[in-house]
Amino acid sequence: MRADPAEYKLVSPGNLQAVLALLASEPDQWLPIAGGTDVMVLYSAGKLSNRKLINIWNIPELRQIEVFPDRIRIGAACTYTALRQHETVSREFPLLAAAASWTGGIANQNRGTLGGNIANASPAADSLPALLVYDAELTLISARGERQVAYQTFHLAYKQMAMTPDELIRYISLPRRFSAHVSHARKVGARNAQAISKVCLAALGQISNGTIRDVRLAMGSVAPVPLRLTETERVVAGNNIEPSLIDAARKSVTKEIKPIDDIRSTARYRAAVAGNLVAEFLEKLAVSETNV
Amino acid sequence: MNLSQEATAKCEVSFTVNGETKKVFAHPMERLLDVLRNDLKLTGTKEGCGEGECGSCSVLLDGMLVNSCLVPMAQAKGARVVTIEGMSAHVLMRPLQEAFLECGGAQCGICTPGMILAAVHLLEKKLEPAPTDIREGLAGNLCRCTGYMQIFEAVTKVARRRVAK
Repeated sequence: MRADPAEYKLVSPGNLQAVLALLASEPDQWLPIAGGTDVMVLYSAGKLSNRKLINIWNIPELRQIEVFPDRIRIGAACTYTALRQHETVSREFPLLAAAASWTGGIANQNRGTLGGNIANASPAADSLPALLVYDAELTLISARGERQVAYQTFHLAYKQMAMTPDELIRYISLPRRFSAHVSHARKVGARNAQAISKVCLAALGQISNGTIRDVRLAMGSVAPVPLRLTETERVVAGNNIEPSLIDAARKSVTKEIKPIDDIRSTARYRAAVAGNLVAEFLEKLAVSETNV
Repeated sequence: MNLSQEATAKCEVSFTVNGETKKVFAHPMERLLDVLRNDLKLTGTKEGCGEGECGSCSVLLDGMLVNSCLVPMAQAKGARVVTIEGMSAHVLMRPLQEAFLECGGAQCGICTPGMILAAVHLLEKKLEPAPTDIREGLAGNLCRCTGYMQIFEAVTKVARRRVAK
């Protein structure tokens, strides 16, 4: 059944302090809405349980991308379009720029936000594996003040987050120390555009004299939360890329992920593809040195 | 905090639609799509899926291509909205109409307003879009009749003719 708009409140305080004051006055009651690409879908389908919404689309403090010598700080309500158009994001964080380009079509990229992708907490969210490998740090803000949380520790379980109901994601900060890494982003879905991932990979690595020096792997749609593949990273780090290592990596990936059968794919298919994507990355990493 | 009281009723929303100032009474969560079609009788904007997948309800909101089914009226307050009806005087409109006709880019017509707006949005940003740009620019607009090739061809033609001039 379609929702009746008369049953919903949507207020637009217009500045961050007023938003935080309202969240603090009635915690758990108010759902922030930015570009609406998730919230409005639930609402239209009559499946939005919150009846009170708070507009954060028009809060300028949440829409900036700031570049510092050691990090880049992205306002939580920055859109995928803003990320794709930003020079430093494209140059130094290509995995994030790629994920932004996969997320929906242009119209949804013009409205969907990075903070929204985090707060919606879908295990299939395209930008989250990139945040894992780039060591993203979140700044959460409330009327009580600000605090920093490593993104790696933010998604606790399916749709559960290390955030209290009066808090809002304010910034996503990425350290600027990965631009020399070889990066690899792959999404496998039913269709290139719009479709939600069956599996997606964000990977970073460095290699010298044939040996893997640093490797960072993260996947979406293979577990209840976006998953950093720390075991597989351990298996391959410090080794030369040879067929036997690629086999070992495949086996490790299969053990490490917890894929399920759902409307988009099967656990078996996801496990096979997940192994293939990591193998593909290692092969790319192996030839990256000879190509320089 | 009186914010929570004032949001229950319909309120006046002023915004610009196709260059004209409009005032409507709407609930803040009412969809821009519904206000355009029901209150302003601008039925060129279509509803397909109602969940941001198909692009039939595409409009330009402050110059940005958006799905109007995902925009609550509170966020359209003070904005500039352009629908397909507002495109008639646009410099790209006649070339797009001609190319869509020549290439067979429109059949049942439900996706066409959205396709045209997505094409305009793309052609305004890129003077000479590559084939991949065209596919990407229109990827959020689904068509169940043409199979897309005729539409890509039409947009390619418009871009080529514009450069040749």
